Amino acid sequence: MELAPIGFYVVISLLLSLILIGVSFLGAGSGPEKVSAYECGFDPFDDARNRFEIRFYLVSILFIIFDLEVTFFFPWAISLKWIDLFGFWSMIVFFLILTIGFFYEWRQGALDWHSSPIDRGA
Amino acid sequence: MTYSFLLLIRTLGMLISLLLGIAFLVLAERKVMASMQRRRGPDVVGLFGVLQPLADGGKLILKEPVLPSSANVFLFLLAPVMTFMLGLVAWAVIPFDYGMVYSDYDAGMLYLLAISSVGVYSLIMAGWSSNSKYAFLGSLRSAAQMISYEVSLGLIVITVFLCAGSCNLTDIVLAQRALWFIIPLFPVSIMFLLSCLAETNRAPFDLPEAEAELVAGYNVEYSSMGFALFFLGEYANMILMSSLCTLLLLGGWLPVYPLGLRRLPRIPCTWFIMKVLLLLFVYIWVRAAFPRYRYDQLMSLGWTVFLPLSLAWVVLVSGALLAFDWLA
Repeated sequence: MELAPIGFYVVISLLLSLILIGVSFLGAGSGPEKVSAYECGFDPFDDARNRFEIRFYLVSILFIIFDLEVTFFFPWAISLKWIDLFGFWSMIVFFLILTIGFFYEWRQGALDWHSSPIDRGA
Repeated sequence: MTYSFLLLIRTLGMLISLLLGIAFLVLAERKVMASMQRRRGPDVVGLFGVLQPLADGGKLILKEPVLPSSANVFLFLLAPVMTFMLGLVAWAVIPFDYGMVYSDYDAGMLYLLAISSVGVYSLIMAGWSSNSKYAFLGSLRSAAQMISYEVSLGLIVITVFLCAGSCNLTDIVLAQRALWFIIPLFPVSIMFLLSCLAETNRAPFDLPEAEAELVAGYNVEYSSMGFALFFLGEYANMILMSSLCTLLLLGGWLPVYPLGLRRLPRIPCTWFIMKVLLLLFVYIWVRAAFPRYRYDQLMSLGWTVFLPLSLAWVVLVSGALLAFDWLA
């Protein structure tokens, strides 16, 4: 029952945002010089959908792993009172495996932003 | 009928007061920063510049919205709408005082974490759909920064869950009646505050904005209301993160009574608002006082300091609570 007002709230705030962005389009359109992508005064050389640094990708992969771990921790944290020592130790085993993985990544240089992992042959 | 009408009134009340709060936070930031730099700040519009945010808003609405020719129009327009909407939507579960909450949702804290995770999508959408190199690089940086600090934020929230035994925000505050969680969880509280700064892309972690190298980050191509919505969403998130800090660690609306002032009449929300304002002042103070971090330092702080420390704290707190039978 608590979710119904939240749904209503979401709809109203979506409407508000759409109205606000819609209002700005009531004025005149823009000229041809303004609509090219911004690149310090000259015309853009090429498309921006280019190659990018692999480490951003690596960070997002690591994020998925750790966020899953955190998500797995939530129900455990709430119910620790009822699951006792067995529940506690099973989580600690899971946690240790992940920590070993984490230190492996760290040693491999996945968390190192000074030099690229490819440079060091990792 | 009456129910939905009342709901509409409540929703509008929340949204309008939130928008006013954001507007005056912007003004407060400019005023406080000005005082710290021995300037006057905005003081022309209205008395002491009080109407400045309204003038700024009016100006931004009247500006011409530019749609870059190479942009994906749908995503380009959806991104600011989504940022602003998520900034507002998160407030539905924040309790301002006992019983003063829009929706007393049992998984309130999980709802907030979910909302803040979705926030990353709008940044990526903005950067990618603008089809501009600066915007693209800025959005990559912002996204990587936000997700890096979200992990340690989540782990710190888990230590609070362990101490409170609930993820309902009202219950978390009530669990702090004897002792605010900032005292037993002091080291992680500091980390939580810093992660909040990084999560909202604020100084000293405002690298996405780095005006010297990336002009303005993911929102370079936005003008008019698109820009304003990003801006407002960012400030709504700032207030949200301060309230979250207050609720999780500083005892929410629970009062402090120094010097035996217990007999003063209790006005609802006062303590909550005072704590939030204090944290917001810290946000602004930090921006005025500290230089910007370097990107590799930022990432290594998140992954090699905050993450291992907060992991260790989860184990320590859960072990201690279990060993001494202190679980709530």
